[in-house]
Amino acid sequence: MDPLIELLRNNSNRSPKEIALALGVAESEITARIAAAEADGTILGYSAVVDRLKAGDRRVTALIEVRISPERDGGFDRLARRISKFDQVRDCFLMSGGYDLAVIVEGKDLLDVATFVSEKLSTLGGVLSTATRFELKAYKENGFLANGGGDEERLPVAP
Amino acid sequence: MEYDNKISNIIRDLPRSGIRDFFELVIGRTDVISLGVGEPDKPTPWPIREAVIRSLEKGQTSYTSNLGLEALRIGISEYVTKHFRTTYDPKTEILVTVGVSEALDIAFRAVLNPGDEVIYHEPCYVSYSPSIKMAYGVPVVVQTREENEFALMAEDVEKAITPRTKVIALNFPTNPTGGIMPHEELAKIAALAVKHDLLVFTDEIYSELLYDGRQHKSIVEFPGMRERTILLHGFSKAFAMTGWRLGYACAPAPLREAMMKIHQYCMLCAPIMSQMAGIEALKMGEAAYEDMRQSYEQRRNLIVSRLNGMGLHCFNPGGAFYVFPEIRSTGLTSKEFAIQLLEKKSVAVVPGSAFSSAGEGFVRCCYATAPELIAKAMDLMEEFVNEVRAK
Repeated sequence: MDPLIELLRNNSNRSPKEIALALGVAESEITARIAAAEADGTILGYSAVVDRLKAGDRRVTALIEVRISPERDGGFDRLARRISKFDQVRDCFLMSGGYDLAVIVEGKDLLDVATFVSEKLSTLGGVLSTATRFELKAYKENGFLANGGGDEERLPVAP
Repeated sequence: MEYDNKISNIIRDLPRSGIRDFFELVIGRTDVISLGVGEPDKPTPWPIREAVIRSLEKGQTSYTSNLGLEALRIGISEYVTKHFRTTYDPKTEILVTVGVSEALDIAFRAVLNPGDEVIYHEPCYVSYSPSIKMAYGVPVVVQTREENEFALMAEDVEKAITPRTKVIALNFPTNPTGGIMPHEELAKIAALAVKHDLLVFTDEIYSELLYDGRQHKSIVEFPGMRERTILLHGFSKAFAMTGWRLGYACAPAPLREAMMKIHQYCMLCAPIMSQMAGIEALKMGEAAYEDMRQSYEQRRNLIVSRLNGMGLHCFNPGGAFYVFPEIRSTGLTSKEFAIQLLEKKSVAVVPGSAFSSAGEGFVRCCYATAPELIAKAMDLMEEFVNEVRAK
């Protein structure tokens, strides 16, 4: 993978100047490459990874396993894209195994998610079944451990 | 009681590590950004830690063979074959030690008679000269110089050779300079060792941490060297396992046997938990450190350009995770620089003079620290340098 993209995936908060120094190229080139990656959709967006519990976020998250029937032209794509467009859907992946789509949905409470599933998702033509599993607690998100990594300590000066 | 005459002359005359003095200034302060460490900023990779937890649950808490667990020695043999293109017999030519520090100590003790000379290069890690003296040897220093990017020049080594010379000790990439050896210079030193029938100890602890696409080459790989080389390596740096204290020595059987005698009486064996960790680390191999190595390379680029940008001349070191900027232009000694930087800006670096007098005029900055902290530390150091120069 492009080392610039790799670097931004780990921490998108670094300044173009600092990235330029780390990769040994001009700052203007970094700015241009980021702009190009944003324009061509390589970079989809930026967000902070948040400990939702600490942030006081009481919304609920559910993983919904969805089985759908593929269409003659385009397979799962048309329906998957349609499902992805709902604001409640945070992630949507086509999966191997016992179901087709893993849809991660956020709602303000159980009822909100349940309503979305029963009224929006399961009523879509082509959706064969859904199974909703609510998230209870996050231990690791996007590569970051909740509550930090632990209490590893280094001596401040060592040979 | 008068203790001075109760303590052995050699130990009484041994200086304390200069790092120790500086450590005491920093310890207890919580506001410091430290570039003063000599270890990775991440804990040991989780699969290694997890394997040790499992081994403890199974009750693997006993002594091991003096030589170390056979499975570990087989793993070491395979790893060394791959990385140094040199094969050692796990049964007769490999010894597992408590860090490279122990391996170095017992290697000197195994071969030196009182008065034998050991050629080594400075600036270097703090233990070389004391280890030689504690083995009743005579340390013979060859300076490495900034103009050669702290590589060791064969002609300087040649000048230091006398009829009493027994060992040349090498450590490349080097702590504290990050210097590496050009292969042609290493070849010349190998030829000198063969010509004068010398032993070579090569401390390879940073050998995985090389940048800019470089391939590591050890002196053991040159013609005539395997029979006269003790290859010392360990898990601390690449595998982020400093606290496990696990290293090893690879050497022809008679040398390994001599080292084993000392090891069995003074250490018995390396801790079994650490050895279990080592087995898992070698199973992971390159996967355990390649991401970190790439990240270090980027951090090195960042810190080198920032240091040069603030007018502290700093060559681009090819290995390890240290940069060694020259600070003479500030008019301060390296100790004054480090102490004032700590007091005024709460950034800790280690004075080059802690790594011998050859390090005077330089400070060591370790970049195995989060990039954000490096950037912050560089901002503060730049302020400091500007303030010193404005005076």
